[in-house]
Amino acid sequence: MTEIFPFRRPPELDSGRSELHPVLIAGAGPVGLALALELARFGVRSVVLEPRDRIDPGSRAICISRRSMDILDGIGVGEEFRAAGLGWVRGRSYYRQHLVFELEMPFPPLEKHFPMTNLQQSTMEQILAAEAARRPEVDLRWQSRLRDVSQDAERVRGEVETPAGRYALEGAWLVACDGARSAVRERLGLRLEGFASPGRYLIADIRMKSAHPTERRVWFDPPCNPGSTAIMHKQPGDVWRVDFQILGDRPDAEELDERRVCERIGSLLEMIGERAPWGLLWTSVYRAYGLALPRYRHGRVLFAGDAAHLVPIFGVRGLNSGFADANNLGWKLAHCLRGLASDALLDSYDLERRAATQDILRQAAKSTVFMTPPSEGERILRDAVLSLAIRHPFVRPLIDPRQSVPYDYRESPLNSFDAGERAEDAAVPTGAPLPNVRVAGSSPASWQPRHLGDGLGPDFCLLLFEDDAAGSGRAESLERALACAGVAFRLVVVARSAGRAEERGERRCILDPECALREALGARDGTLLIVRPDGHLCARLHAPSPARVVRALERALQREGEGARGTAARRFA
Amino acid sequence: MTHLTPPELEEIFAALSRALNEVAAAERVTFLAKLAMLLADEVADGGRVRELIASAQQDLEKAPAAR
Repeated sequence: MTEIFPFRRPPELDSGRSELHPVLIAGAGPVGLALALELARFGVRSVVLEPRDRIDPGSRAICISRRSMDILDGIGVGEEFRAAGLGWVRGRSYYRQHLVFELEMPFPPLEKHFPMTNLQQSTMEQILAAEAARRPEVDLRWQSRLRDVSQDAERVRGEVETPAGRYALEGAWLVACDGARSAVRERLGLRLEGFASPGRYLIADIRMKSAHPTERRVWFDPPCNPGSTAIMHKQPGDVWRVDFQILGDRPDAEELDERRVCERIGSLLEMIGERAPWGLLWTSVYRAYGLALPRYRHGRVLFAGDAAHLVPIFGVRGLNSGFADANNLGWKLAHCLRGLASDALLDSYDLERRAATQDILRQAAKSTVFMTPPSEGERILRDAVLSLAIRHPFVRPLIDPRQSVPYDYRESPLNSFDAGERAEDAAVPTGAPLPNVRVAGSSPASWQPRHLGDGLGPDFCLLLFEDDAAGSGRAESLERALACAGVAFRLVVVARSAGRAEERGERRCILDPECALREALGARDGTLLIVRPDGHLCARLHAPSPARVVRALERALQREGEGARGTAARRFA
Repeated sequence: MTHLTPPELEEIFAALSRALNEVAAAERVTFLAKLAMLLADEVADGGRVRELIASAQQDLEKAPAAR
């Protein structure tokens, strides 16, 4: 049953005037909803405007990266995603009938989430919409189309079109999460720049009972579909996703003809020995794009997800980079609105996420060359490599689908370093997200994070690695220093022994008896890690003075050189 | 750097010709691309391989294909 989301009469429709909402979000897709939930973590209210009255069917984005699962944990839906989804680690690529590449993604025993989790985008949106409806900070308005957006130095204005008429709406900020055909982007006269690959894929969901495990399977030039490429993924609920490269130039409508689609799928299933009955659920045609806006911030309007960038499907970077956008932007907007940072911090959203997109496009261009060779030269080399791969391991890395990996903000202006240290000096470089590993124990009894990620956030987290000499007093003096710096933070001591932790009373301590965290995070006794609200490391400082820590936090909030807000910190320094 | 002797070159000439004759016409280009990748891996010097690609591109009869 498709749920229809009713139109609810907002106050603006009767009063004829709008309060200044802190944040307007265009689009209740996964990125818009994730952003609203990120803001809600900080108590920031948002109005989400969505023209549709229902969630679109079909799998669309299906592979959720480990990093995205960590982000979803942060906004309170990780458990639901985990319960609904299918985790996986393996992939297999075939050339004709030969197995030519096996993908095995790392799954360290202490990590919380599978490297990949499969879940239909329609289910993701249901979970996110239900959570948004539970949060008082999120005002989710279905059947409401935002139009005629304009802005001045103070606010963004728009008209909202609803079944009951139009009303004016104002917000301090607008985030356009309205997808590939973003109406906000068009209204502002902005253009995506980049490439459109000539290749097309037919994508389909089928219902079929099969005992085959959850893994990514790719067939190049399969006997059932010579010259083409096919991809198959398992989804929850006995649903399988099949993608076929379309050869030739028949129009989309012909490729989507149900009989033609069923013949293709039937021949693939026959080739791989699936005998169970199956039925077609959903079909679509997909084109590979590598397009992005030259800037993601335009005054008080910011762009996130597909509205900001369209990346090729191969390597599952589309929605995963959209979740990373929401994760990056949420805390920054919240800090501006809470008066803890100026809007200079928002320029770092543009900088960091555009750098991530450029990296994604470089990686995705490589997978796209393999999945839909754009020219004769690339097709010849691709075929040569596939043929060689049967017997020659040296070419096999070229077949690696290069699945999405989190982007490290190594070049970020928010990072601070000890003299002589560089971002890449440690296993977790400064700028990278912290691994979400199991913690050995913690205290007090009222605070028991199972994994590191559960113990961070929503504010800045200072992880102070303490030696066992009792009463160094470092934590206390740091807290005193930061109390007048105007920074929202949580300080957690990472102690080596439980006894030491107990002496701490109510102070939050994580136990690291085997020094596993020290090793994983490149820390030693006396190290302080500053973790941003989005879980990215922004400073690894050894035995810093309180003033040094204040400066690093000022930098992470882009408050350096500022007048009023900087004074408290400067006074202390 | 050592080079092939004229008799060795003659043998390679013959072996490669034979192989090209044996491969189906439609697969000759793939065959040569495979051979090029195998030789590149043996050379194990990216800069040198790129120079050799450029050398092979010189003095072909036909005008370059439009891109």
